[in-house]
Amino acid sequence: MTGAEGRWLRFFVLLLVTGGLVLPILTGLWETGRAAFGILPAIGAETWSLAPWQRLFTLPGIGSSLKLSLWTGLASTLLALLLATGFCAAIHGWSGQRHVSRILGPLLAAPHAALAIGIAFLIAPSGWIARMISPWATGWNLPPNIATVNDQMGLALVLGLLVKEVPFLLLVMLGALGQIPVNAQLAAGRALGYGRGVVWIKVILPQVYPLIRLPVFVVLSFALSVVDMAIILGPSNPPVLSVAVTRWYFAADTSLILPASAAALAQAFVVAFGILLWICAEQVAARAGRWWIRRGGRGYSAGPGLILASGATLILMGLGASALIDLAIWSVTWRWSFPSALPEGWSSGIWARPGSGWGSAFIQTTVIGLTTTAIAVLLAIAWLEGEDRAGMQRARWAEVLIYLPLLVPQIAFLYGLNVVFLRAGLTGGLGAVIWAQALFVFPYVMIALSDPWRALDRRLVCASAALGAGPMRRLVAVKLPILLRPLLTAAAIGFAVSVAQYLPTLFMGAGRVATLTTEAVTLSSGSDRRVTGVYAVLQAVLPLGTYVAALFLPAFVHRNRRGLSGGAA
Amino acid sequence: MRLAVLAAAILAAASPVMATNWNDTLAAAKGQTVYWNAWGGDERTNSFIAWASDALSARYGVTIQQVKLTDTAEAVTRVIAEKAAGVTENGSVDMIWINGANFLSMKQQGLLFGPFVADLPNARYLDLASGSAATVDFTVPVEGYESPWRLAKFVMTYDSARVSEPPRSMRALLKWAQQHPGRFTHPAVSNFMGATFLKQALIELAPDASVLQSPVTDEAFAAATGPLWQWYDALRPNLWHSGETFPENASIQEQMLNDGEIDIAMSFDPASTAAAIEKGLLPGTARAYGLEGGTIGNISFVAIPFNAAHKEGAMVVANFLLDPATQARAQDITVLGSYSVLDQDKLGPQERAEFAALPTSPALPTNEELGVTLVEPHPSWMTRLTDVWAQRYTK
Repeated sequence: MTGAEGRWLRFFVLLLVTGGLVLPILTGLWETGRAAFGILPAIGAETWSLAPWQRLFTLPGIGSSLKLSLWTGLASTLLALLLATGFCAAIHGWSGQRHVSRILGPLLAAPHAALAIGIAFLIAPSGWIARMISPWATGWNLPPNIATVNDQMGLALVLGLLVKEVPFLLLVMLGALGQIPVNAQLAAGRALGYGRGVVWIKVILPQVYPLIRLPVFVVLSFALSVVDMAIILGPSNPPVLSVAVTRWYFAADTSLILPASAAALAQAFVVAFGILLWICAEQVAARAGRWWIRRGGRGYSAGPGLILASGATLILMGLGASALIDLAIWSVTWRWSFPSALPEGWSSGIWARPGSGWGSAFIQTTVIGLTTTAIAVLLAIAWLEGEDRAGMQRARWAEVLIYLPLLVPQIAFLYGLNVVFLRAGLTGGLGAVIWAQALFVFPYVMIALSDPWRALDRRLVCASAALGAGPMRRLVAVKLPILLRPLLTAAAIGFAVSVAQYLPTLFMGAGRVATLTTEAVTLSSGSDRRVTGVYAVLQAVLPLGTYVAALFLPAFVHRNRRGLSGGAA
Repeated sequence: MRLAVLAAAILAAASPVMATNWNDTLAAAKGQTVYWNAWGGDERTNSFIAWASDALSARYGVTIQQVKLTDTAEAVTRVIAEKAAGVTENGSVDMIWINGANFLSMKQQGLLFGPFVADLPNARYLDLASGSAATVDFTVPVEGYESPWRLAKFVMTYDSARVSEPPRSMRALLKWAQQHPGRFTHPAVSNFMGATFLKQALIELAPDASVLQSPVTDEAFAAATGPLWQWYDALRPNLWHSGETFPENASIQEQMLNDGEIDIAMSFDPASTAAAIEKGLLPGTARAYGLEGGTIGNISFVAIPFNAAHKEGAMVVANFLLDPATQARAQDITVLGSYSVLDQDKLGPQERAEFAALPTSPALPTNEELGVTLVEPHPSWMTRLTDVWAQRYTK
């Protein structure tokens, strides 16, 4: 009976996910593809041709843009993985480990754009760091002429990505470690004479990596196609490919839309190529690793590496925190000129005037975020419950289906999707934005919820079934209350993802839906850091608020349930 | 009261068709919300638009919803996407702050509603004689498809605390940059401000600047730009960050002037420096100045897309922007500080007095310091100039 019902539920959810999430992406890709091969009747292009591709490869800087994208994407992902692994190895078993994911909260919650704006001010030649050490230590009365932001190599962009990606991978990794008997294996390894770091690399990592492989691909895909952060921190002449594509889409010369569409497809190929390269590197690393493990060396040499990785991770977190602080300072500044370490004049003028724009953007963002998150969480619960009732493991293809929106670069299908939505008469409204954002929120909610859901103690479900509770009652009265903490955490992550969405809001909202993120990126092209600061602070505070709620609400609800209040789930 | 009725009667007698049409327009516009797509990087402009919305809703029941753009071309792309999807009415864009290449591109592809300017009652304050500044946009005839609203003129800005005597020509600028390497830059050439800087230099350095008024040809381009590239090759290594990267736009460049990363910047708005000081965004010692031989000036317009949902409301807004009282408020440096597009000769004494009473500031250049206004080259020059620049200087 439950089996049949489970199948029905699974079918329904699959239909919803396919029709609501996968189909839009495929049709979007199709429309982009048509434009890439010369079909866009609106500008009079009606014949199939390779001309857009030919034009694309004559556009100045295209080669450098491609190289830059690959370099910044691969370098930041590899570094992020190394740092997260090293830090994980260093702190595992330490009593404060449980608090780490809480400390990560603000950095995970702060949208890329806000962090990027903060980091840009922090490390610029006239930035906060330079101001704090000038002129007494450096002798600079004027900022030095060195490119620390928007540098040609894209190092500032790599740094910005690291600040965001290391905490994400850390969180995923800490979650995955819960599924492995780390302490027992560590003890066994040490008893055999291996150093702590070496056990980590030789024993734990090969088991953890397969569990975090898809999130690593998500990080890689994101780093290869990021737009907002690359606009703020990356080089401008030429920029990385994703920024170049966005620029061409919005160029005055409308015939550029065709090569822009070709470039958008090329962006998808870049991601595919990047992932392929990564998989090849995995193979090589696996071979080399196997040989190295079989050799059986007991070397202690991993120790300094761990210290280095932990140090770098702490510095990154410090940078991220300072970036958020400098935004907060700017938002209450009147004048702050080089080389003063703090503003000369303060003003809360912008905070006092929500009518100047941030009030409505704040409300808009909250409404979109709550709706999108609610949809995504409900869908995720339905999916997971369907798996439970059918008593089935998740198929590989289903996993890929969930991750699809995160693996295909946004720019590759958003323009096409916009055309599809327009044809259906859907654009310009909140509805279109909510739908488009749900594409990206749902996967993250699934990632956050899947493991805790599977880790639920089955005996509780069996006991309640034995007591006569039907499937619905088991879900509502037993599973969901127990899973309250992970549910709220998943919702908080979903909300943060929604707040951070830039391109989907820009494309689908026809510019009419102004959220904190679209406003902050627009304002970062203006000269007033004080206004940008207000938006960026709000952008960071809003998701942070939901994180805090996710932390304290379960404790409050379960205050008289000892077994549930200690973070048991 | 009687006088007003009399005036209305005379006006009605003078152009009976227009008056009734305009009343129809006003009636249809009542209750409409006009989605005005305008670059949103300037807080003063955003507040001015918000003020206009309040005034309009009180007077005509029309409200403005500003759609803040990072780049005007976003709105153009949106209209094209709508046309691609067959949305020929009830489009999402009602009005665009536009000029130059974006206008040319929309006009050529039939994406604009019009001609409508002659139907606006306040168009009587404009100099619409053929070839006047309000009838051509980057040498492209406007033909009533866009309505003027603010004047822009290229100026250089500097901090007088750090630079005592700023260079007043492009050749002098090169010498100054060679003496002060890394202390000057221009916005990215993909941005209109960066492109305008190149055009300004082109007008000054071209052997014969008159060819710039006709569409570009290969020979004319080669002949006119030869000295420009020679000059730029010498300038570029002395730019901020050796000319390898550029600020995204003029606002970011203003921030760099404020931060002390550079000493000389530029603007397309002579009053922007005074206004920025007022807002705490530049030190009180910042100044704006024009170049010997004059600088490029142009008029910014508003246009209505062919599929706009609220065309009548948009026309009411366009008309309101041409009202002498609105224009005087826009010229106030404490508000917006953008120079009026109206023909001063067509204003009555009371309206002229309103302009004369506006506040002033030491950072506000006098007409003498600003010099003559040079006309924009044909848009094809700008497109070619930015393309060739990108080919030459993008690795």
